[in-house]
This record gives sequence, structure tokens and C-alpha cells, in this order.
Amino acid sequence: MARLMFFGKLGDIAGARARDFPLNNVDTVSALKAAIFENDNGLGEALGDPSVRCIVNEEMTRGDAAITDDDEIAFIPPVSGG
Amino acid sequence: MIRVLETPFDLNAEIAAFNARAGAAGAVVTFSGAVRGEAGERKVTGLELEHFPGVTERSISAIEKEARRRWPVTDIDIVHRIGRLAPGEPIVLVCVAAAHRREAFEAADYLMDFLKTEAMFWKKELRSDGAEWIAPRADDYKDAARWKEND
Repeated sequence: MARLMFFGKLGDIAGARARDFPLNNVDTVSALKAAIFENDNGLGEALGDPSVRCIVNEEMTRGDAAITDDDEIAFIPPVSGG
Repeated sequence: MIRVLETPFDLNAEIAAFNARAGAAGAVVTFSGAVRGEAGERKVTGLELEHFPGVTERSISAIEKEARRRWPVTDIDIVHRIGRLAPGEPIVLVCVAAAHRREAFEAADYLMDFLKTEAMFWKKELRSDGAEWIAPRADDYKDAARWKEND
């Protein structure tokens, strides 16, 4: 099971800040988004927004990162501190 | 020193402690931001700030490191709140010490621009008419873009 995390408005849309998710044959972030879309169209659509970035095991990803069931995969909307 | 705090902090005590520790450098600039009581015409009842433990602290640390690379500052303190905040409560404090004022002003300005646009926080505004997640304003991105180096 991969650990999914959702920050900011994505947490509200997902209805949870974190969730375990069996990846099965899913091995990239883009395939994960498609699999989430199958279960939850609203969340899948929100994750598809180009402003949403993905952090795998606390490292920012670029492009379409590879993922496994041992990973912690965080989706983050635009940040707003200060 | 970087601190992300879940509970309120005493602005004057923090600034006094920074001055006692770092003020002998010569120039100290401090900036503090507080929760606004209104958003346009609408009354704000509070803010909720979320962070990503570990990742947020490292994102601030990277911003601080870049400020130190750019200006000869002698000390930097950054305090940032998370959790639930009421109007008027301090949300962020940046203290910079340097030998002369110009680098202290500029480093503090730089730190704030990137705390706004790159540090890993998410801010929800709680208003009388509902709640809304806040994204940086176009001006915030424009401010951060001022520091782009031509190299």
C-alpha cells in the first residue's frame, strides 16, 4: 500500500489528509492520478490541475515520477505562507 | 533559527531576544505579519494554516540559505505559525542582522517574498460567509520574480 497525502484544498476534496492506496499495477504518478480518477472523479480532476505538484518520499518530483507501494506520495496545491 | 509553531508567540519577546543575541552586528531589520480582520468587504474570523512536517522546515531552510548566499547577513530568525489563528495574531516574523542596513533590508524583503510563494504552507481563510483556501496573489509572484538573477 502506498501512503497518499493531500494538502490544502486537496485534503478537503479528498475528505482526508492521508489515505492508504494499493497501487497494484500503477507505477507512475500519472497512472496513479488516472486510478484515483476512476474512484473519485472530483479528486482526480483536482489532481490533474497543472498547478498541483507531487512530492514522493519528501522529494519534489519533476515530470512523471516512478512510484512503488512503499512510497509516501504527497499532492500539493500552490503554497501560500506569510 | 527557523521555528514553525502551533501556538501563539510573543512578538516583542522574540524581537528583544533577537536583538540581545544578534543586535551587536549593527543593523537589525524585523518584519512581522498579522492576520487581517477583513478580506475586502467581508469579515475574517480566523485563518487555518497547514504545513508538511519536515518538508516545510526544509523549504524555509533553502530560502534562508539562498538569502545568506546573496547578502552578508550575520543572523536570521524566522518564526511561522501553523494551526488556527485569530485576527490580529502574528503569523510570521523575520529578523535579519547585518553590519549595515541595506543588506538587512534586502534580505528581509527577499525572505518574505519567498515565504509567501515557496515555503510549504497552505492557508484557509475563515469568513462569516464561509471558508476559502488562499493562493498567493499575482503581486506576490511578481514580487518574488524581482529577485531573479541575470546570470
